[in-house]
Amino acid sequence: MPFGDTSPRVALTDLDELWFQVSGTLCNLECTHCFISCSPKNDAFGYLSLETVERRLEESRSLGVKEYYFTGGEPFLNREMVPILEKTLEYGPATVLTNGTVLKPEWLERLRAAEEASTYCLEFRVSIDGPTPEINDPIRGERTFERAMKGVALLVEYGFLPIITMTRTWDERDDGEILGDFRNVLAEHGYTRARLKVLPRLKIGAEAQRTCGYEPYERVTPEMMEDYDSSQLICSHSRIVTDRGVHVCPILIDSPDSLMGATLEESLTPYPLRHGACYTCYLYGAICTNPSAGARE
Amino acid sequence: MTLAFFGGVYNNYLALEAAILDARRRGAERMFCLGDLGAFGPHPDRVFPLLIDNGVECIQGNYDNSIGKDLNDCQCGYTDPRDNYFAQISYEYTYESTSEPNRRWMRDLPGELRFEIDGVRFLLCHGSPRKTNEFLWESTTSTQFLEKLAREYDADVILGTHTGIHWVRQWRAESGELNDGSAGGQGVFVNVGVLGRPENDGRTNVWYTLLRLGGGSEFGSRNGEVGVSRVEVEFVPLEYDHNRLAREMAEVGLPEEFIETIQTGWWTTCLEILPGKERRKGRF
Ligand code: SF4
Ligand code: SF4
Ligand SMILES: [Fe+2]
Repeated sequence: MPFGDTSPRVALTDLDELWFQVSGTLCNLECTHCFISCSPKNDAFGYLSLETVERRLEESRSLGVKEYYFTGGEPFLNREMVPILEKTLEYGPATVLTNGTVLKPEWLERLRAAEEASTYCLEFRVSIDGPTPEINDPIRGERTFERAMKGVALLVEYGFLPIITMTRTWDERDDGEILGDFRNVLAEHGYTRARLKVLPRLKIGAEAQRTCGYEPYERVTPEMMEDYDSSQLICSHSRIVTDRGVHVCPILIDSPDSLMGATLEESLTPYPLRHGACYTCYLYGAICTNPSAGARE
Repeated sequence: MTLAFFGGVYNNYLALEAAILDARRRGAERMFCLGDLGAFGPHPDRVFPLLIDNGVECIQGNYDNSIGKDLNDCQCGYTDPRDNYFAQISYEYTYESTSEPNRRWMRDLPGELRFEIDGVRFLLCHGSPRKTNEFLWESTTSTQFLEKLAREYDADVILGTHTGIHWVRQWRAESGELNDGSAGGQGVFVNVGVLGRPENDGRTNVWYTLLRLGGGSEFGSRNGEVGVSRVEVEFVPLEYDHNRLAREMAEVGLPEEFIETIQTGWWTTCLEILPGKERRKGRF
């Protein structure tokens, strides 16, 4: 920590969710708002092997991890993704964050069988950034709306009920209308009981170029932490595994100081909230967990 | 020894009455209610005499905490606007229809109960031992997490409710899940279900839980029979006069959506909180 850093430190109270940056920063898309600037060529972070995942799953047992999350990049670019999820379902519930554009029927068939055989739930979260190609495609790329919708239809065909997540690129007050439109368009694609989740924008990575980064005053200060329930923050109950080691949270892996150690055991120490993104977390709370975890208050 | 556990009552005094009779008939020596006395159904004040006169030992749910402390919402922890909209309707109805002495009684309920029988340590909570409104669903709660709770909260048997759907998990220390149910376990978590509304399975009955100590075990311990291996869990489907409840809900002007759930057994609200696996089993 640099001398004079007064950033408030957040302790990890329980390691409830363990994340895996399973496809590193590799993605078939190149969304303008991607907070870790993923692309087909960005190999700053690489794929996690089944073996690496298994080692951390094993370590996670004694720490009492409740749920597992998989993200990227696009997780399904990782060739071992299906076996990784099958293995994870032996340990606990798994959620995978996908852009829905590369899913294959034979994978979903296997995964559906794995979920049936397990006590635990396998959740898919599909990112689509609006109820129309006009809103979605300028951000996520040409024809991505149509392709992601096909992915959703395929998931539904295999009996999954994907959670559609959207990064809010509109005024918060328009949420109601946008969500209504979304339900209609999903129903037209055969998904009649759509589950939807709106995420706030994070002004880092490619998103910092699309809009503007954080102002220097947009930081969490010690005063702000007075009377604040830090269980709202992901870093108080999660860690993420990348091919470099274990980092504090899925949002900050690009910042060198987010790397906390090689093992889960080494990553359990408190973390100082010195980044602009911490300010968004502070304002919006646990943005990364599933609705079934309930609101943290 | 037989113990009966009731989950959220949600103002369903008709089911509570039926459950007390049924549990007695099956030999329950003690009865417990794990909280959330209000919500959803009609006539909140009819629940309290049943609990008090029959010696049902109660703990405080998030709902009871809210009503008791005059808060503005039920602290159920929903994240969806539609879920919150309906939750608010039942909350306001329940708050306004609960007498002041009953509100005070709820406010003073303990947040948890602990006791020990034959060396087995019981911990009764509402959501989870660490948080009153934590949702512990079967499909999103790993066994190692439950083991950790049992370790940290010094309990062998933990019982909760809050989600509305019953389930049980048993484990052996340090080993994870028991798939074959063939050996003595070292810990049990039970979600006892709720009396307040059916379980989203297209059936109108509700559920409560009986726990027996001593003798044979559902988890079948072959030898020794010590500790939690002697704990037998039975989930009891309970019929009650649901048509009458539906009628009374309509009379006091509760939403059509709630009445439909009572009459069909399918949830129509609070759906977004369900994990995919549980949601899939329902109709909506
Ligand atoms: S936002 Fe998601 S889909 Fe888009 S580039 Fe980033 S990782 Fe890929
Ligand atoms: S970005 Fe959010 S989760 Fe990550 S360290 Fe900052 S406050 Fe914590
Ligand atoms: Fe509750």
